[in-house]
Amino acid sequence: MSFFRQVLAVTMMNLKTILERSGSSIVIIVGIAGSVAVMVSLLAMAEGLNSTIASTGQDDRVIILREGSNSELSSGVGMQEIDIVLNSPGVETIDGNALVSGELFVIVDLKKKGAEGTSNLPLRGVQPMSFKIRPELEIIEGRNFRSGTGEVIVGKGAYDQYEGLEIGNKIKIRDNFWTVVGIFSSDGDVHESEVWADLSVTQSAFRREGSASSISVKLEDKKTFDDLGGYIETYPNLDLKVQRESDFYEDQSSGADLIKYFGLTISIIMAIGAVFAALNTMYSAVSTRLVEIGTLRAIGFNGSSVLLSLMLESMILATIGGLLGALIAFVLFNGMTVSTLAGGSFTQTAFAFAVTGEVVKQGMILALVVGFFGGLLPAFNAARQDITTALRSV
Amino acid sequence: MSNNLIEVDAINKTYERGGETLVVLDDLSLNVPENDFLALMGPSGSGKSTLLNLIGGLDSPTSGSVRIKGDRLEKMSASALSNWRASNVGFIFQFYNLLPVLTANKNVELPLLLTNLSSSKRKEQVATVLNLVGLDDRGGHKPNELSGGQQQRVAIARALVSDPAILVCDEPTGDLDRETATEILELLQILNRDLGKTILMVTHDPVAADAAKRILYLDKGKLTES
Repeated sequence: MSFFRQVLAVTMMNLKTILERSGSSIVIIVGIAGSVAVMVSLLAMAEGLNSTIASTGQDDRVIILREGSNSELSSGVGMQEIDIVLNSPGVETIDGNALVSGELFVIVDLKKKGAEGTSNLPLRGVQPMSFKIRPELEIIEGRNFRSGTGEVIVGKGAYDQYEGLEIGNKIKIRDNFWTVVGIFSSDGDVHESEVWADLSVTQSAFRREGSASSISVKLEDKKTFDDLGGYIETYPNLDLKVQRESDFYEDQSSGADLIKYFGLTISIIMAIGAVFAALNTMYSAVSTRLVEIGTLRAIGFNGSSVLLSLMLESMILATIGGLLGALIAFVLFNGMTVSTLAGGSFTQTAFAFAVTGEVVKQGMILALVVGFFGGLLPAFNAARQDITTALRSV
Repeated sequence: MSNNLIEVDAINKTYERGGETLVVLDDLSLNVPENDFLALMGPSGSGKSTLLNLIGGLDSPTSGSVRIKGDRLEKMSASALSNWRASNVGFIFQFYNLLPVLTANKNVELPLLLTNLSSSKRKEQVATVLNLVGLDDRGGHKPNELSGGQQQRVAIARALVSDPAILVCDEPTGDLDRETATEILELLQILNRDLGKTILMVTHDPVAADAAKRILYLDKGKLTES
């Protein structure tokens, strides 16, 4: 009991002097806040991208690519192969029609808002069944395109990021002008970064008649995946790869991992700097209170209570710095929409920074680690300081 | 069984400085009976503060023994010595060594935080000792709101509050004017006479030393009695 009273008494004394030492206390708080702000911002970016890509995949949906292809861009499937999938087992049907859609995934160049050059924007040629396979897709402004015409609808992420995608505008793609007739949302997934058009018109414009990039399929149930997979694999001369949509998009989210590792690396480098700032501050804090520490030790306070209370002070400053850093990241970046190259497709995927509880937790862990190591040596030295030497330093 | 409260037996204290051995206390022995009021005088560097620190359990001798109420201080671990100081010694310093962010009440209460006394009991004891040193109306003041003499009274109250047998005073009047110094010395005499405290006081001031029952002189680490 008396040990905790000792720790509490010394900690309260330390904290009461923080304002008097505001200059050096601010150094440690700002140092840690900077590291945490960078870490939380980059992790929020990774989290946002990851969440956008991961939310695209569903377990009861399947994407079929050419065997050996890792992305839709490098894949090609024939229309006759789509017909085989139409009659495969395990596929969901509505009124006798299989929920199967051939889709052509191509790239167009358009100018991003605020950018000088053009960037890759994915254009997806789809069949009417694509909308039944993805019920989350909703036209939020304008209308859907009409089959067989050069009309397009634009995902709201693409609409936010690119110039000239307002309804009624014409965009030039492959020597033809295509008219924007609607804007759609799809629960924040990667399709919101795409432009959708009719499959046959897209095939014609890109000289890809008779072929698509991928086949999207809605399963009867996620358990019928093996029925479809087994049928396609054993079908003679059919060289296709069947993947759950969730697995496919998880593979595509490698870019998010890269951002995460990059963020962690930068944050750790900054955190090492912050540890030295904390060390300097705590050494200075200890040196200005050497007589007080010596007096407490003379009275009978033991070294471990001094050590623990100085560690607590360092951790409290680190917590303030961590919360400040997280707040800065939240205010500046949370919800901000940006776009980046998505893995495999070389196209831009729009996503929003997400400063989630998990991201803040990781930032706070970093802050506390910095506080711990920044406080450890000065606290240890203070606890071991010779009492008579400390008392002489008046 | 000896009547001495403090028995210092053949202690040596040396320091190594730049490859040379510096002798601070040289085979020094000293007995202090209970209720003594002893002044230690001598030139700077004679070893008087070192002797005081050894008796107060703040430092350990290079050789020899310091026995207080039968406890061998040089045999104790750092943690045991902390506990021993908390219940046996009150320290009074030249510059008071009060914690500037705490009020007089809180400064005086510090040694009681090392006990198992309840909060109300602690407050009661703090009030008693502040009354004893004549500062019962200054408990809510911080050190910078008090005069030097008042600060030293708070420091004396802090030294007394856990009722230790020994008061160790290192130049307690060194930072005070003559009039205030006299008041502090009178207070120490009262504590010695009425409360039976054994007091060891290091001082350079012969007037202060005269307040003690006896005076010992140190020179080059050895004792000479006047």
